[in-house]
Amino acid sequence: MDILYLLIPLSVVLVFFILAGFWWAIYRGQFEDIEAEGERILRND
Amino acid sequence: MKFPNSQATVYNDTVVRQFAIMTVVWGVVGMLVGVIIAAQLTWPELNLGIPWLSYGRLRPLHTNAVIFAFGGCGLFATAYYVVQRTCQVRLFSDKLAAFTFWGWQLVILAAAISLPLGFTQGKEYAELEWPIDILITLVWVAFAVVFFGTVGTRKVRHIYVANWFYGAFILAVALLHLVNSAAIPAGFMKSYSAYAGVQDAMVQWWYGHNAVGFFLTAGFLGMMYYFIPKQAERPVYSYRLSIVHFWALIFTYMWAGPHHLHYTALPDWTQSVGMVFSLILLAPSWGGMINGIMTLSGAWHKLRDDPILRFLIVSLSFYGMSTFEGPMMSIKTVNALSHYTDWTVGHVHSGALGWVGLVTMGSMYYLIPKLFGQKKMYSVKAIEIHFWTATIGIVIYIAAMWIAGVMQGLMWRAINADGTLTYTFVESVKATYPFYVLRLLGGVLYLGGMLIMLWNVIKTATAGRAVKVNIPAVTAHA
Repeated sequence: MDILYLLIPLSVVLVFFILAGFWWAIYRGQFEDIEAEGERILRND
Repeated sequence: MKFPNSQATVYNDTVVRQFAIMTVVWGVVGMLVGVIIAAQLTWPELNLGIPWLSYGRLRPLHTNAVIFAFGGCGLFATAYYVVQRTCQVRLFSDKLAAFTFWGWQLVILAAAISLPLGFTQGKEYAELEWPIDILITLVWVAFAVVFFGTVGTRKVRHIYVANWFYGAFILAVALLHLVNSAAIPAGFMKSYSAYAGVQDAMVQWWYGHNAVGFFLTAGFLGMMYYFIPKQAERPVYSYRLSIVHFWALIFTYMWAGPHHLHYTALPDWTQSVGMVFSLILLAPSWGGMINGIMTLSGAWHKLRDDPILRFLIVSLSFYGMSTFEGPMMSIKTVNALSHYTDWTVGHVHSGALGWVGLVTMGSMYYLIPKLFGQKKMYSVKAIEIHFWTATIGIVIYIAAMWIAGVMQGLMWRAINADGTLTYTFVESVKATYPFYVLRLLGGVLYLGGMLIMLWNVIKTATAGRAVKVNIPAVTAHA
């Protein structure tokens, strides 16, 4: 099952990318006052 | 840095309109091919002895048409619409957006010609040969540039949750396509997979199930999180839960694939890993489903007289049903009964017709009048008829396949006292016949609903005209 040596590290790398995205979202203030964000799309487009 | 799109005063709805219309057109085509092959399973003579019309060639044409042509165009249309509206900026590049439209139509055309001619890589949902795969890659890179460029030049600080789902769908599909379609060309329209044997099977189902997860789930959840609140005129029930839904889903999805390979040459522990991850997925899936349905909390009466909302909410009920059924079928002991039977076909169609189909149709019914400067669709009554035709069609289809599947599984495993098999295979085929007739009936109803939709869309589009929509002046933090 040599393929697992490709697919498993690939998943691990991917998890790090997802973590980086999550980190970015938290520390760049994406989740401050989040319930208000749900209402915004109803106000204008 | 200033980009030209951030100076624009109107949205780019041309590409949205093109994709929206083609969603409906390809929906009719893909479902028609589905009905034809359902009829061929009932009456095999219907291939008329013509190789191009044989089941083995039309079946991938059906799956490619409904997933990538109907579903794909729906995802392009809504992703381009939602990203512009929620970021309050025009698409990053009009030229690249136009390229994604014409490029994607060319991919579909190439599929419609090459599959009946028998050109195939033999990988489920990745049948298209290498020259078409390269075109898909180019279109997809352009799609990513347009989408992420638009998000990057947004005028609203917060990135709305639907965009996260669309973004994950675009990135994941790019990765899956590149890894699974790796092949050595052996002439024009012929290639050999870069992997062999069980390795190839593992890559194929890593791709196959993640295509379900990211193409048919994450993308359409993006649709759900924008169009349900808009149509219900209420914010999503819990925005906080939608964020949790997103991160939980993408963290856990990648390893469900091995459940397609239970009791095969795949190592036993890998099968178990696939089963465990599939079971875990029940939690985020149901969290999202409940969040979507509860958006109507306090406004349930809207379901009574708004057929579009009914499409959207019933699609979530089917999402809930199939994301419960899926994890159950991934349990090895259940899979021992269900695998290779028509139960799997029923499960797929409960997700495809129920979830993907209905949520796309509901979103298009919201979107299309707006794109042609109309208040509502030409006939609301026709939406109502479409809803009932489609829903009854789905119920007949999946009920027939459940019964057929469990019956086949039980017949195949039945053993006499002396250890011989009770039934021959052909006896199980014969016993399935009435359920194939019922399935055909369900499919005809579903296709009929889609034809009503096509008529309604043509009437709406010709009664209105393409309108330019102004981007509202930025109010909050730029």
